Amino acid sequence: MRMEDVNILLVDDEREFTATLAERMELRGLTVRCVYSGEEALKEIGADKPDVVVMDVMMPGLKGLDILRHIKATNPEIQVILLTGQAGTRDGMEGMKLGAFDYLLKPLELDALLGKIAEAAAIGGKA
Amino acid sequence: MFGDAIKRQLSGLGGSDAVVPPGMYRTLRRKITAVMLLTATIPLALMAWLNYYEYQKALSREIQNPLRVIVNKSKNSFELFLAERTSAVGFIAQAYSFKELTDEKDLARILKILQTEYVGFVDIGLINDKGELVNYVGPYNLKGHNYAEQTWFNQVRIKGRYISDVFMGFRKFPHVIVAVRHSLDSGESFIVRATLDTHQFDKIISSMGLEPGSDAFLLNRAGILQTDSQRFGKVLDQFSLPMPPPASEAAVLQQQDGEGNDVFFAYAYFPDSDFVLAAIKPKAQMLRTWYTVRGDLVFIFAAGVLAVFLASYKITDQLLRRMREAEEARELALRQVEHSQKLSSIGRLAAGVAHEINNPLAVINEKTGLMRDLIGLRDDFPDKERFLLLIDSVLKTVMRCRDITRRMLGFARRLDVTLEEINLNDVITETSGFLNQEALHRKINLTLDLDADVTGIVSDRGQLQQVFLNILNNALAAVPDGGHIDIVTRGDAEGVSVTVRDNGCGMTKDTMACIFEPFFTTKKTKGTGLGLSITYGIVKRLGGEIGVESELDKGTAFTLRFPKHPKHEA
Repeated sequence: MRMEDVNILLVDDEREFTATLAERMELRGLTVRCVYSGEEALKEIGADKPDVVVMDVMMPGLKGLDILRHIKATNPEIQVILLTGQAGTRDGMEGMKLGAFDYLLKPLELDALLGKIAEAAAIGGKA
Repeated sequence: MFGDAIKRQLSGLGGSDAVVPPGMYRTLRRKITAVMLLTATIPLALMAWLNYYEYQKALSREIQNPLRVIVNKSKNSFELFLAERTSAVGFIAQAYSFKELTDEKDLARILKILQTEYVGFVDIGLINDKGELVNYVGPYNLKGHNYAEQTWFNQVRIKGRYISDVFMGFRKFPHVIVAVRHSLDSGESFIVRATLDTHQFDKIISSMGLEPGSDAFLLNRAGILQTDSQRFGKVLDQFSLPMPPPASEAAVLQQQDGEGNDVFFAYAYFPDSDFVLAAIKPKAQMLRTWYTVRGDLVFIFAAGVLAVFLASYKITDQLLRRMREAEEARELALRQVEHSQKLSSIGRLAAGVAHEINNPLAVINEKTGLMRDLIGLRDDFPDKERFLLLIDSVLKTVMRCRDITRRMLGFARRLDVTLEEINLNDVITETSGFLNQEALHRKINLTLDLDADVTGIVSDRGQLQQVFLNILNNALAAVPDGGHIDIVTRGDAEGVSVTVRDNGCGMTKDTMACIFEPFFTTKKTKGTGLGLSITYGIVKRLGGEIGVESELDKGTAFTLRFPKHPKHEA
């Protein structure tokens, strides 16, 4: 699967962060949709199934891990990369156990994120 | 040394506001010792006292009885002796007529028979109503003496019989006279009087068989010695002790003689004459066995008291030590709980702060990244290079902030421990290598004394590096240019100890008590105050111990000890 064809969904309540990150990814030719809450994310996933979801763990309302659980229950082929502001590995490890592809610490380096997305898409593509 | 350092560290944690005032233990010790001593000693003393008196009483009785018996027996001998002599004289007075007795030849014959039959007679005389010595046979020339004025003459005339006290009289040697009056039918009377020497008294006394040191003698009721005594003077001397109260049977008194010695004074009053038989035995002599027993008793008592004292002292000592240890352990535990509570609340705060900061940082990061992307895409952007440099600087600063928040979070969440077998010598060599440049630049002598016996320990390499980096950084900050820092490792069966010693500025006791507290710093604006607190946390988590010794202006030594295997994990 080519990087440009990967359907990416960004989920984070920090609008400035999400929008800016999406714009930077679009600048690199990626297809990105942004949502700002867990509820929206579920709706968006139902409407158009993404290949990779990049999602913050800590959000008001539905939490990242709840959505992860839902995704893995309904669409296990969707790969999820978790973002966390907590350097604690607790949430990250929990996410990994629930089937997340990986987790990254905020603030992140864009190249590292893109690398992870590529890896995730490759696995998802094969699946 | 390490143990000391740990203790100092612990006492540092203990602080000065000890729960138990130091004087309390002394008072408590005194009280407990006193109570134990009293409860143990009083019954002992009571028993010893009872034993002492009961035994003494029994022994005294045992000793007094034979004495009483012997005095009684001798008194009887005396009485018998005197009664015999008196009745012999009485017999003469009745058997012979006055006329017969006036014959000198007859009287001489009678004396001779008397002297043969009864020992002790010296002379014999016949005295008429008027007190004139009518006839006399004996070694002295007394014929013609008139006794009418003498008391004994009057007494014999009234009582019929008379035994005198011992006296010297005309004869100039101690003697006793026995006089018996015989009344004739005509109403006239005459008196036969005989003299006895007192050798027989001495014989009776010596037959009492008293041991040397004891004394027996005859007294009259007025307290005049009637026989020689060994210790109370010669015959007719005044007896130096007060006369005992009259008693018909032999009695024993316990009193002191003239020289202050305790004696048994046994005596018996003669019912029919003026005599008192006395025997004096020094108590010391009679109570020799008692004294041995008493010595034993005193020894046992003293030994008992000493044993009680030692035991109570020892027990009190141990009791107090246990109390103190328990108190100290309690206090230490309290301190540690306080310390870890402080750490954990600070940890939670740090985690919250870090998390809150990470999100804005992420925004800055992305916005700035977007700026760079946009500028990078446009070739005609004015001052493009300069803006790119500025943006890079902002991004680097963001990364620095991220590192700081990660460290804070790392402190807060107590980084996971990754255990592997590690040689501490390697870790120290590697870590000190980071600081070689600075040391070289400041001409600081950084020496490593690494024990070849240091074996592998199971621990976390990264965390150990952080520990030594922190301590070495502190040491570098403390020493002046040209100072020295020595790192020494020592391995033994249980683990490895490492000492990092510098000759820097050192610190006061107050500072030393706080150095492991979070946010305590002496570096003013330059330090976070987290370094040693994190170090302390890591060392504890790795199952090790850390202690510090320091003297102001002399230097500081940190001593760390790591076990072969961590006992517990966080």
